[in-house]
Amino acid sequence: MLLAIDTSAGTSVAIVDRDRGMLAEHTSADTRLHAEIIGTLILRCLRDADISPSELSGVVAGMGPGPFTGLRVGIAAAETFALGITRPVVRVVSHDAIALAHYAAIGIDSTLDPGPLLVVTDARRREVYWSSFHGLDPQGVPVRVDAPGLARPDELPSVVPGFDRYPRLDAAEVSAAALGLLAERMLAGARPFAASAPLYLREADAVASTTVKRVS
Amino acid sequence: MSNSNPTPLVLGIETSCDETGIGIVRGSTLLANVISSSMAEHARFGGVVPEIAARAHLEALGPAITAALAEAGVTLDQLDAVAVTSGPGLSGALMVGVGAAKALAIALDKPIYAVNHLVGHVGADVLRDDGTTIELPTIALLVSGGHTSLLLVRDLVSDVVLLGETIDDAAGEAFDKVARLLGLPYPGGPEIDRAAIGGDPTAIRFPRALSQPKDLAKHRYNFSFSGLKTAVARWVETQRDNGVPVPVADVAASFREAVADVLLTKALNACRDFSVPRLLLGGGVVANARVRLLAAERCAAAGVELRVPPRSLCTDNGAMIAALGAQLIMRGFAPSGLDFSADSTLPVTTIRA
Ligand SMILES: [Zn+2]
Repeated sequence: MLLAIDTSAGTSVAIVDRDRGMLAEHTSADTRLHAEIIGTLILRCLRDADISPSELSGVVAGMGPGPFTGLRVGIAAAETFALGITRPVVRVVSHDAIALAHYAAIGIDSTLDPGPLLVVTDARRREVYWSSFHGLDPQGVPVRVDAPGLARPDELPSVVPGFDRYPRLDAAEVSAAALGLLAERMLAGARPFAASAPLYLREADAVASTTVKRVS
Repeated sequence: MSNSNPTPLVLGIETSCDETGIGIVRGSTLLANVISSSMAEHARFGGVVPEIAARAHLEALGPAITAALAEAGVTLDQLDAVAVTSGPGLSGALMVGVGAAKALAIALDKPIYAVNHLVGHVGADVLRDDGTTIELPTIALLVSGGHTSLLLVRDLVSDVVLLGETIDDAAGEAFDKVARLLGLPYPGGPEIDRAAIGGDPTAIRFPRALSQPKDLAKHRYNFSFSGLKTAVARWVETQRDNGVPVPVADVAASFREAVADVLLTKALNACRDFSVPRLLLGGGVVANARVRLLAAERCAAAGVELRVPPRSLCTDNGAMIAALGAQLIMRGFAPSGLDFSADSTLPVTTIRA
């Protein structure tokens, strides 16, 4: 059983089980209240699933891409929760969970050809994050073809390889249940997880000040 | 207010500015104080960059918790509670600590105490290991790169009043800006201190803001350092325009004197006005040699007892947050609800959110 947390868009928390699927999920679409509501959402999931933290075998962190301030809250929470229960934290690209949820929703499993998919999410500042996929691998894990990347919306046709071949999915939410189920499949298939660095895909805003402005 | 634990084991998380601080206390005893600073990453920008600080918190948090547990020789399941700074501070930075603390508390099934950063600075004093205990009421002068606040503390967990604060730059920021003006690196505090050695603090009379009778009516305990910084800049520019070499030691010493003078004049005014013969210093600027010396002189002359916690407990740290959490528990206060937010402007009257 895994606790999954994603704050790359709104705040989503879920408890999933490899055999029983999703046991609980609570999601808020609000894009500013991550730190405020994350505790309550975790607690609700534990109560709905009727389990204690020590029954979990690990924690899944959605690593983005996502606008920075909120994204960090979920990753920090996933890491300390894992420390608290002395279980590992595994990291998953949030766009992969969007792709999985999409393929699942249209009823496609790994035995059919689900076709290509371009996932696009809001990066704020008039930019978007994008990832391109081509179906699921035998383990049911979405096959990411390119990115994730950051671009202005009008740049997508030129920066996404084979843009015209991809049906586009604009997603406003990431399901922590999908993130968790994806992690279960990745664990079962011994797939590599994401690295520990959050996918901000942008440098921190900062300008080095080398000169001193005159005041008189 | 029953069932209070006499010596609760508390882990404190502090992420309000550029230090990731994890502290562990048992009652009023310090067990661990691990601080990971992103200061070096801000150096080329001449001041704390909020996004850089927040990113660094996320990286430092897990390792700092693990290091603090090892230093204290305890395990997470032995904790009685988790405490966290919920404000004031940089919003994005605070959120990292708040999210982390909530998840940790739930994982451990322990209560969480969301506490005020400024009151935490005062709370640090209970951790002194010299056998003395903090006497209340006290005036507290908290000065750092992020804040300049004057408090009247009648009770650490239930009665703290903000007497005044800076209306523009924090004193620490003024040190950073004047240092840059003089071609000295960041952070400015220790650099100005070094540059001032041998300088004459009376060489240049820089202004003491909000100290004239007309200002005192409205701003008796408020500070302003923006004008001082501009005055130093103007003075230096005039020298350079006239082709006169800038006497860096004199400028540094005179600037530092103006800051220390106004800080301590107002703090001792508060001691007199409220008949409180005690002054506690906190915040990173306490590391400044001249501020400490002038505080000692002025307090001695005024018959005011001066308390300065050890330096590692004056700069931002998690131990002071854990200490304040422990005080709340020892006094039987209920924990915070799980839905508190990171509040960048949390007032000092909100000691526990
Ligand atoms: Zn501070």
